[in-house]
Amino acid sequence: MQHYSGFGLLKHSFSHHENWQRVWRNPTPKKKYDVIIVGGGGHGLATAYYLAKEFGITNVAVIEKGFLGGGNTARNTTIVRSNYLWDEAAHLYEHAMKLWEGLSQDLNYNVMFSQRGCLNLGHTLQDMRDIQRRVNANRLNGIDGEVLDTQQVKEIVPVLDCSDRARYPVLGASWQPRAGVARHDAVAWGFARGADAHGVDLIQQTEVEDLIIEDGTVVGVRTARYGEIRADRVGCVVAGNSSVLAKMAGFELPLESHPLQALVSEPIKPILDTVVMSNQVHGYASQSDKGDLVIGAGIDSYNGYGQRGSYSTIEHTIQAIVEMFPVFSRVRMNRQWGGIVDTCPDACPIISETPVKNLFFNCGWGTGGFKATPGSGHVFAASLAKGEMHPLAKPFSMFRFHNGALVDEHGAAGVAH
Amino acid sequence: MFHIYCPHCCEYREEEEFHVAGQAHIARPLDPDACTDKEWGEFMYFRANPRGIHHELWVHGAGCRKYFNVTRDTQTYEIKEVYKVGEKPSVVADDVK
Repeated sequence: MQHYSGFGLLKHSFSHHENWQRVWRNPTPKKKYDVIIVGGGGHGLATAYYLAKEFGITNVAVIEKGFLGGGNTARNTTIVRSNYLWDEAAHLYEHAMKLWEGLSQDLNYNVMFSQRGCLNLGHTLQDMRDIQRRVNANRLNGIDGEVLDTQQVKEIVPVLDCSDRARYPVLGASWQPRAGVARHDAVAWGFARGADAHGVDLIQQTEVEDLIIEDGTVVGVRTARYGEIRADRVGCVVAGNSSVLAKMAGFELPLESHPLQALVSEPIKPILDTVVMSNQVHGYASQSDKGDLVIGAGIDSYNGYGQRGSYSTIEHTIQAIVEMFPVFSRVRMNRQWGGIVDTCPDACPIISETPVKNLFFNCGWGTGGFKATPGSGHVFAASLAKGEMHPLAKPFSMFRFHNGALVDEHGAAGVAH
Repeated sequence: MFHIYCPHCCEYREEEEFHVAGQAHIARPLDPDACTDKEWGEFMYFRANPRGIHHELWVHGAGCRKYFNVTRDTQTYEIKEVYKVGEKPSVVADDVK
């Protein structure tokens, strides 16, 4: 792998940047691997990277039906935070946060992780009570957090309408200074480059059509392009399409796939240097380095695999943003898109063994998977390497929906899912 | 934006008047106390979630406030048919025919 550095940039400038190495190979798959990861998004690539780097399993293939990082990794609003209420979720997301903090150095790839802080606004007395409870829980779990009053919020975000004339006045907020944003594509590319350098085969444009199961044990996958590819263990990290793969394996998951939309404005001068989220008026916004406002809100309520949603959902999102930031009312929106999110009844992920032996699923991240990318990949890699679930992943078994031990972050986390 | 035919109001109305209420035709166990944890968990939480033909329950929340069933393709979003609660769908996915 070619090492990236300032010196390298200077060196290549003399040859007009025409001699950069390809970032990853485009190999033909072998007949047999130790581990196959289905799905080449952020979580799948992170899983492959940590499998090779931390756990020494390099005979790994990532099989992706489109191109790397082309699904929800390319479609999210790039927010990273770890201020979850319940211990199980807080530990998992904080594990990810700690990996984020050294990720660019670890990958030798600039993921542009910017810890610009995240505000979760409170608009009612109950919101403020919930915020106090959540911040207290966060601090007990070693996660940074503060409860701010209206004046303190106004100092951080002067353009936010903090007046008492607002329809939903801002009474305060929770503030996580270590939260922020990262460059979503770079995360996928950095993990892909790192995995490839450790010998992982990244197989693109190859759709898995079936899982090969013999005597209740998965032994490989069947693809249209390369036929059968065998493996000792298979990990499925396919977000919105998880239920489709589970059906191939003969079981159901407690998931429903919904469209989640987001949009960006035209680029404007720097105006918002943090992330602002509101559960109550239900929208969130940040500003990218390029200057666009990156805006999102809730899912479309119906099931959908179409990577698009209804216009009315976008309209509600914009209403919320303009309610919070009247100054944005004349900003024009540039692009709008949708992704398919696999939502779980308790708004927590499934990182789990399945009824099929040697088949593992990492799914159900719903609307909030991006922030967990490195942590999710790390604990899933550990689980695949050892054949038993990592301690941080254990509470997120799919069988919690049989025994009732849900991790109910619905409404408890910073923003509604 | 969907235009949905409400079989109770007998007219097409815009999506915003409706709300989806999840998968249709899920029978509540007749004797919940006799269910195992697995059976009850599957009734509560596990869903078909197909990519393709899906039968779902909708409610005309800002209209007559009555429930009805919709058969819809979750890939193309095309509404195949609308039918009342208690009726059977005439359009079903190939693998369940």
